[in-house]
Amino acid sequence: MQLIACPWCGPREELEFSYGGQAHVAYPSDPAALTDEQWARFVFFRDNPKGPFAERWAHSAGCRRWFTAVRDTRTHRFLSVGPLAASGSGATS
Amino acid sequence: MSRVEGYGRVDRGRTVTVTVDGTAYTGHPGDTLASVLLAHDARPLDTSIKYGRPRGIGAAWVEDPTGLVQIEEPFPEPMVLASTVEITDGLVARGVDGQGRLSQVADVARYDHRHVHCDVLVVGAGPAGLTAARRAAREGLDVVLVDDRPEPGGTLTGTETIDGRPSREFVADVVAELAALPTVTHLQRTTAFGHHDDGLVLALERRTRGASRQRVHRIRAARVVIAAGAIERPIVFEDDDRPGVMLAASARDFLHRHGVLAGREVVVCTSDDAAYAAAVDLLDAAAAVRVLDARSRVPEVWARRCAERGIEVSAGTQVRGTRGDDRVTAALVGEERHEVPCDLLLVSGGWNPTVHLFTHVGGRLTWDPALGAFRPGTPLPGVEVVGAADGVFDLAGCLRQAGGPDAPHADEEPGEPTMVLWRTAGDPARQFVDLQRDATVADIARAVGAGMRSVEHVKRYTTIGTAHDQGKTSGIVASGITAELLGRPIEDLGTTTFRPPYTPVAFAALAGRARGDLYDPVRTTPIHDRHVAAGAEFEDVGQWKRARHYPRVGEDMTAAVLRECAAVRTSVGVMDGSTLGKIDVRGPDAAVLLDRLYTNVMSSLKVGRVRYGVMCGNDGMVLDDGTVLRLADDRFLVTTTTGNAAAVLDRMEEWLQTEWPDLRVRLTSVTEQLAIVAVAGPRSRDVVGAVFADVDVTNEAFGFMSWQDTALDGVPVRLARISFSGELAFEVSVGSWYAAAVWDRLLEAGRPYGITPYGTETMHVLRAEKGYPIIGQDTDGTVTPHDLGLGWAVSRKKPDFLGKRSFARPQNQDPRRKQLVSLLPVDAATKLPEGSQIVDLAEDGRLPAPPVPMLGHVTSSYHSAALARPFALALVKGGRERIGEVVGVPVAGELVAAQIGDTVLVDPEGARRDG
Repeated sequence: MQLIACPWCGPREELEFSYGGQAHVAYPSDPAALTDEQWARFVFFRDNPKGPFAERWAHSAGCRRWFTAVRDTRTHRFLSVGPLAASGSGATS
Repeated sequence: MSRVEGYGRVDRGRTVTVTVDGTAYTGHPGDTLASVLLAHDARPLDTSIKYGRPRGIGAAWVEDPTGLVQIEEPFPEPMVLASTVEITDGLVARGVDGQGRLSQVADVARYDHRHVHCDVLVVGAGPAGLTAARRAAREGLDVVLVDDRPEPGGTLTGTETIDGRPSREFVADVVAELAALPTVTHLQRTTAFGHHDDGLVLALERRTRGASRQRVHRIRAARVVIAAGAIERPIVFEDDDRPGVMLAASARDFLHRHGVLAGREVVVCTSDDAAYAAAVDLLDAAAAVRVLDARSRVPEVWARRCAERGIEVSAGTQVRGTRGDDRVTAALVGEERHEVPCDLLLVSGGWNPTVHLFTHVGGRLTWDPALGAFRPGTPLPGVEVVGAADGVFDLAGCLRQAGGPDAPHADEEPGEPTMVLWRTAGDPARQFVDLQRDATVADIARAVGAGMRSVEHVKRYTTIGTAHDQGKTSGIVASGITAELLGRPIEDLGTTTFRPPYTPVAFAALAGRARGDLYDPVRTTPIHDRHVAAGAEFEDVGQWKRARHYPRVGEDMTAAVLRECAAVRTSVGVMDGSTLGKIDVRGPDAAVLLDRLYTNVMSSLKVGRVRYGVMCGNDGMVLDDGTVLRLADDRFLVTTTTGNAAAVLDRMEEWLQTEWPDLRVRLTSVTEQLAIVAVAGPRSRDVVGAVFADVDVTNEAFGFMSWQDTALDGVPVRLARISFSGELAFEVSVGSWYAAAVWDRLLEAGRPYGITPYGTETMHVLRAEKGYPIIGQDTDGTVTPHDLGLGWAVSRKKPDFLGKRSFARPQNQDPRRKQLVSLLPVDAATKLPEGSQIVDLAEDGRLPAPPVPMLGHVTSSYHSAALARPFALALVKGGRERIGEVVGVPVAGELVAAQIGDTVLVDPEGARRDG
């Protein structure tokens, strides 16, 4: 069970967190202007890199706040954590 | 009797009696089942699983590949090692041939868990572990020291000298020093069985006092020091599985721990120095001993000690096999297979560092040719390996490595390097590698012959290393023999992967106290006791217990539900709806948030009014539904389905925090704080009007989908005209503390009308008769609001809301999508099973040969009191266009004809809503 450093609470067990997928996928400013394919890309397509990956995490069983983290997908190690950017950080569904 | 006076640390002043395979044996506190059996020269314990060969005690601790017993008393435990069972009075055990027996009755013992945080965790209280723990403790650090054996000291027998004193005094000194420090926790009988990320080590404590039998310590350490020692390696030869063949150090262990001499006529065959200590100690304890050293050079110091005692040492000599029936009677020595009589054949092929905890966290091993063993390679951050676990096999080196500047001192022992000898020449089919699995060198040869090149494949092909001991003695030997057969260096092959747990752990220990009632939290509503008293049957909805129906004497569920339905449709019923999710949405931008989350417009809702709303994902599929009450300009109360309450709140939070942090809104769950009682039926107005006399409950003053606040004896109550049954209905919500009292008042006031408590099953029937879908039952994540006939709840005015863009996809407009419809079985008698497939009805009324195109499936199905027949809801391809058509539903091999209809079967005009 990994420790994840919540930017507000400090290191807590993985169990307290939930995963929110790729970070910085902003909700389109005008969905109606998108083609079906562009919209489908936003809804369904995400990067899957081998290596550092900017992700969204929520400290669900703690302070309940969302934050961004860069995690190395090869080692699962968290390289950095930080608060969300102002807005447009992306929600999943 | 093979007890030796003057040896062992058992308490000879006290006697303990145990029974093994029907025979009573006496031993002493401090004995294990194995030492007692050896002390009594007991018969072999078991026969092997495949070939039925006799099996006895092969080692003194967890590495023993044989010596398995079934504990019968005090509580059945299958397949435990006799070497690890500390005896207690009344213990009953028997040998097991392969398979043990689980208890048929519940274990009454308690198991629990403890969370521990420390600076340093030291695993192993041998010389290296004790020294490392003392060093860390002297630095003022919080230290936890765990060791799997009953007493500290590891392999120290007492014959060694540390800092000029007998080694057991050194052990006692360190233990006393640690015990005096409040910063140190020292646990014996505690096996660190798993090492996980970021210094998390799970350790199982076998407790001898306290309320629980076993305890799992979840230790989170900033630094983990692995001082787990090493496991002696056997040499493989013909008939090496015969009882009486034992690891050399184990014989020494039985002697010094338990005062038991495992044999009187001993042959030691070795390719390593350490076995000489066993030879010397056993001779000193009055055994006859002969040593066969596979190496051509005998270590000088040991040659001298042997000579002093008259021990015959044969250099360059290997054992080739054994003789005997139930146990060994002779060793076959050298090429000539010369018979040397013996009743104990000790084996040592060197030592393998106990690297399990190092590899659990991804540590890589490296082959050390000088040791003939794999040892920890590149260090891991936060992990330190010391002593024999790191391949430092001499006492002086262990102390030096673990102790730092003020390390204890032991004299250096000059010696000869270990010779790597996996096996001696002989018939591979009789050379046992894994004694528990009855797997031989011939099996490895067969695996290699079949093309296996990886030790992982060889393991799975031969099953070597898959038994209770997980190959503690056989694993590396199997790698070595595989390497030899392949003609490749062993370092290219490596070892199989060591995974947690290091030794078997009972599920009961892992579960701890989380069993029975504590397995999962149970949520009950504040009115729960009333339902119990009324004889309700409950159903689980997530963690909630919900009253499903209230059967009267002699009623089954169908009868009870029909009665409850009829009561609501003809008079009045009450239902506890407190489990509904409730979210308080507050802030100047609350309306903006809800407009974005719901498919319909919420900002236009007036204070005092209620609106039904649907939530969709970005993919346009329905996620949840519920009612929204506008409490004030900047405040709404949102309800969710019972099962989705947490998920909906999470999702609202997610969007608020990640996409719309500019919105000034706060979300608060009030699910537990607010109880809801639904009062439904044509007489509901009379009941609510009677209880809340100051409220004008007429339709003119209190219209459908509106709410009003009132009070009952000074307690605030909110009334809302919301109906999930199509009947005139009120929802009464009140703070949870007062919910039971309100329930009682409503029942009291409803008595003249025969007010009937109804459960979730009845609620499901009533709503289905009206075509109201239940999200999660009638939907499955591929269903849009339009598919459900809820297009009226999807705004065309709002520029955007979650899911809107997906509705514009051509696929969403496809008239062949599955749509929610009703199904009426033509025979008016068959209740279609939920989940049934729907197919075209063939002319002959039979199911055609496959493939049969599926039109959809039944999502809800009930008996209806109002319709006096069974009915169903179903998702059917192009269902709305097919209304009136008859389709087939296969039920128990027969095709049942059912007619597609509109979803609203009861009161399609909605005339009953206002009473």
